[in-house]
Amino acid sequence: MNHAMTTQQLTALLPLILATLTTVVVMLTIAFKRQHRLIAAMTMVGLNLALLSLGPVLLAANGQPIELTPLLIVDGYAIFYMGLLLVTALGVLTLCHAYFEGYAGNREELYLLLAMATLGALVMACSRHFASFFIGLELLSIPLYAMVAYPVRDSRALEGGMKYLVLSGTASAFMLFGIALLYAETGALGFAEIAGKLAAGRPGILLAGAAMILSGVAFKLSAVPFHLWTSDVYEASPAPVSAFLATVSKAAMFVVVYRLFVNVGLFRHPLALQALTWVAVASMVVGNLLALRQDNVKRILAYSSIAQFGYLLVALVASGGRATEAAGIFLLTYIVTALGVFGVMTLVSSPMKDRDVEHIEQLRGLFWKRPYLSSIMTTMLLSLAGIPLTAGFVGKFYLISVGVDTKQWLLMGAVVAGSAIGLYYYLRVMIMMFQPIPVRERVSEPLNWVQHSGGAMLMAAMALVLVIGVYPEPFLNLIRASTLALR
Amino acid sequence: MTNSIILVWLLFLPFLGGWLSWQVERYSRTLPRWIALITMLTVLGISLWLWFTGDYTLSTPSTTPQWALEYKAEWIPSFGISFHLGLDGLSLLLVILTNLLGVMAIGCSWREIDRYVGFFHLNLMWNLAGVVGVFLALDMFLFFFFWEMMLVPMYFLIALWGHSMPGGKSRVYAATKFFIFTQFSGLIMLLAILALVFLHHQGTGVWSFGYMDLLSTAQGLDPKIAWWLMLGFFIAFAVKMPIVPFHTWLPDAHGMAPTAGSVDLAGILLKTAAYGLLRFGIPFFPQASHDFAPVAMSFAVLGILYGAVVAFSQTDIKRLIAYTSISHMGFVVLGIYAGTTEALQGVVIQMIAHGLSAGALFILCGEIYERLHTRDLTKMGGLWARFPYLPPIMLFFSAASLGLPGLGNFVGEFLILAGSFKVAPLFAILSASGLILAAVYSLILVQKAFHGKPREDGYGAHLQDLSKRELAMMGLLMALLLGMGLYPQPVLNTSATAMKTVELQYQSAAATAVLSVPAR
Repeated sequence: MNHAMTTQQLTALLPLILATLTTVVVMLTIAFKRQHRLIAAMTMVGLNLALLSLGPVLLAANGQPIELTPLLIVDGYAIFYMGLLLVTALGVLTLCHAYFEGYAGNREELYLLLAMATLGALVMACSRHFASFFIGLELLSIPLYAMVAYPVRDSRALEGGMKYLVLSGTASAFMLFGIALLYAETGALGFAEIAGKLAAGRPGILLAGAAMILSGVAFKLSAVPFHLWTSDVYEASPAPVSAFLATVSKAAMFVVVYRLFVNVGLFRHPLALQALTWVAVASMVVGNLLALRQDNVKRILAYSSIAQFGYLLVALVASGGRATEAAGIFLLTYIVTALGVFGVMTLVSSPMKDRDVEHIEQLRGLFWKRPYLSSIMTTMLLSLAGIPLTAGFVGKFYLISVGVDTKQWLLMGAVVAGSAIGLYYYLRVMIMMFQPIPVRERVSEPLNWVQHSGGAMLMAAMALVLVIGVYPEPFLNLIRASTLALR
Repeated sequence: MTNSIILVWLLFLPFLGGWLSWQVERYSRTLPRWIALITMLTVLGISLWLWFTGDYTLSTPSTTPQWALEYKAEWIPSFGISFHLGLDGLSLLLVILTNLLGVMAIGCSWREIDRYVGFFHLNLMWNLAGVVGVFLALDMFLFFFFWEMMLVPMYFLIALWGHSMPGGKSRVYAATKFFIFTQFSGLIMLLAILALVFLHHQGTGVWSFGYMDLLSTAQGLDPKIAWWLMLGFFIAFAVKMPIVPFHTWLPDAHGMAPTAGSVDLAGILLKTAAYGLLRFGIPFFPQASHDFAPVAMSFAVLGILYGAVVAFSQTDIKRLIAYTSISHMGFVVLGIYAGTTEALQGVVIQMIAHGLSAGALFILCGEIYERLHTRDLTKMGGLWARFPYLPPIMLFFSAASLGLPGLGNFVGEFLILAGSFKVAPLFAILSASGLILAAVYSLILVQKAFHGKPREDGYGAHLQDLSKRELAMMGLLMALLLGMGLYPQPVLNTSATAMKTVELQYQSAAATAVLSVPAR
C-alpha cells in the first residue's frame, strides 16, 4: 500500500485532526489564560468545526468508503456515528458549562478532558482494526476517570473515579488478552483480515478470545453481569459527566462492536450468540428490577441505562440486515433521550453545589415551579419507557420488529417484561414532579444566563424526541442510507 | 370521498382544544372548562352530523368490510405505515358515545376539579382523542399508537386528581397498576401485530401495516400460527375489557379515579377492547377464534358471575359499580364469541347502554361524594329523605343496570342471550343467572344508600340537590337510555352492516371447520 496520503484521505481525516487540534489549543490556552467561559467557548468552536468538517468528508467520500491506513475506515456508518457522537459531546459540553459555573476549583481542564474523550470516541467510530479500537477505547476511558473524579475534594467523586479506574482497567486487560488470543491464532489484528483467517485457528482458543473481548465490551456497555460499577459511578460523578458516560462512552463502544460483529463471523458463532442473548436478557431483567427499589434518581437512570442497552443488544444478536438500521435508530433515540434526562438532572443541580439534586423527593412538585424543565423530563422519561409520540417508541418498535423478524422469542419476552417493569420507576419519577406542593408558587424560576445554552439544548432535544416520535421517516432514511455498508 | 378530511378533524380538534385549555389556564380558571366544553360539543356535533347525513347500510354485506368514509395519507412509507382512518357504522356509534361521554365528563368535573384545571382538561381531551383514534384507525401501527397513547393521560387523571383511600393504597399505586397492566398486554399485542406484518412481507414481499392487507394475510395463515397470534391480540383486549383473571386493575383504578376519569374509563375505555375484538380479533383470526370460543365464553360467564357476586359484597360505592362493569362486559364477550347477528347487535347496544348507565352512575357517585365526603355505603342510608332528585335518578340508572325492560341495557342483554342461546345454550343459561344477581347488587346499592333512617353526619338534614347543570346531564342520559330501550332500531340499522360482516367472517370459519372434519 502506498503510504502517501491523498487529498481525499486527508479530507476524511479532518474530523479527527480538528478534534486533536482542539485538545492541543485548549491545553495551551489554559496555560496562558484561565477563564471558564473562554475555554468552554473554544472547545465548543473546535468540536463544532469537527462536526462541520463532516460535510467535506461526505463530499470526498461520495458514497464510497475511504480507507485510511489499515487502522481506520471512513464510510457512511462512521460518518453518521461521528456526527452523532460529536453532537452528543456538544450537548454535554453545554451542560458542563452551566453546571461547573458553581465549582470552586479549576474548571477549565474539564473541557480538555471532554475533548480528548470525544476524540477517542471518534477514533472508535472509524476503527476497523484492534489496535485503533484499543487506542480509541483508552483515549475515551482515561480522560473519563479524571472527569468522574473531577471534584477532587469530594470523597464520593474520588471513590467513584477510583472504582471506575480499577474496574475499567481490569476490563481493558481482559479485552487485551482476548485480542492477543485472536492474534495468536490468526496472526492478524484487522477485522477483515481476522475474518479471513479464522479457518486456520483452533476454535476453542478463538472462542475463548472472543469471550474475553466480549466481557470487556459488556463492561463498557454495563451489561449484566458486568454492571456492578454503573450505579455507583453514575451516582458519584458530577451530573454532566454521568450524561457523558451514559451516552458518548457507551455509544462509541457499541458502534465499534457492531462493526466487529458484522465483519468477523467468529462473534456470530452460536455459542457467542447464545451467551450474548443471556447477557441481554439478564441486563433487561436485572437492570429494570434493581431500579425499582432506588430512591436516587441518578441510580435509577444508571439501572435504566443498563436495561436500555439490554434492549440494544437485540440488534447485536441479530446483527446485519435490518438490525443495522434498528441499532442506528435505537442509539439515536436513546442518546437524545438520555441526554435530555441527564440534562434536566444537571440543570436542576446547576450551578454545582455540595451535592447534586438527586433524591427523588427533591423533584416533588417540580412541574409547578419549573414547568419547562419538567415537561422536558416527562417527555424524556416517557421516551425511555417507550410510549408512542416519543422517539423511544420508534426505537423500541424497530428493535422489536427485528427481534420478531429473526424469531428471538426469548429476547422479545424479556423486552416486553422489562418494559412493563421499567414503567414502574419511570412513572414514579415522573409523577413525583407533578405532586402538589404546599406553597402554590406557579411562576417558573428565572433561568439565569449560564443555563441558557443548556436550556436551549434541552429544548432542542425535546423537539427532536417529539419529531422522531411523530414523523421518523427522514431519520430512518438517513440511517438506512448511511449504514448501507454494514447491512 | 371528498369530505373524508372530517375524520382528521374529529381526531385533531380534541388535541387542539386540550392544548388550548392548558395554555389559557394562566389567564382564567373557568376559560379552560369552556374551551373544553365547546370543543367537545363541536366534535359531538360533527359526529352526529356524520350519522344523520351518512349512509351506513351497505346493500350487500360481504366478508370484506367496507367503509363509509376513509382518509389515507403516507406516514412512514419505508415500513408501509400510513395514516389511515376509516369509519363504518360500528366505529361511528362508538365515536358518538365517546364524544357524548366526553361532554358529560367535562360537565361533571365543573365543580369537582379545582386544581390545575387546564392541565386536567388537557389530559381528559387527549385521552378522548386517543380513544377516537383507536375507533378510527385502519392501520395497525396507527391503532397501536393510539392504543398506547390513551394510557398516559388516563394515568395522569388518576394519579393527580384521584382520591386516595384513607389508610389504603394511594392513587399513584392505582394509576401505575393500570398503566403496567395495559402496557404489558399491549406489548404482547405489538409482538403479534409485528409477526403478522412479517408474515405478510414473507408472503407478498410488501411491507404493510394496512388493515385490509393484513386481513387477507391473517385469514390465510397456518392454523397453529394463527392461534398464537390470536392469543396475542386476545390478551391485550382481555386485560382492557377486563375479562376476569386480568381484571384486578379495574376496581383500584375506579376506586381512586376522579369522577370524570371513571366516566371515561367505564364508559369508553373498556369499549375499546370490545371494539378491538370485533374489528381485529375476530376478523383476523376467525378460525382460531372459533376454536377458542368455548374458552372465551367460559371466561365471560366467570366474569358475569364473579363480577356480580363481588359487587354485592363491596362497601365502596365506586368499587361496587366497577365490579358491575366487569359483569356487564362479560355479556359483551359472550356476545362477541357467539358470533350470531343478534348477539353481535346486542353487543353494540350493550356497549352503548352500559357506557351511558355506568357513566351516569359514576357521575352520581361523584355527586354523593361531593356532598357527604364519603363513598362508604355503610355510612350512608336514608338519603332519600335528604334530596328530592338524586335518589330517584340513581334508582333509574340502577334499574337500567339490572336490565329493566324498556331501557337500553335490557335490549342489549336480551339480544346477546337470545343470539348466543342458538350456538351455546349452556353458556347462555349460565349467563342469564347474571341478570338475577344484577338485580341483587343494584337493589342493595339503592337500599343501603337511600333507604333506612337518615344519619346524623353533620352535613344537615337537607343536602344540596343536583344543580340545573347536573339535572340536564342526567335528563339527557335518561332520555337516551329510554330511547334505546323503546326504539333501538336506528342504532341497530347503523351497525347492521358492520356486524353482519363480522358474522359472515365468523360463520365462514365455522363452515370450514365443519367441512374439514371428514377430510382428515
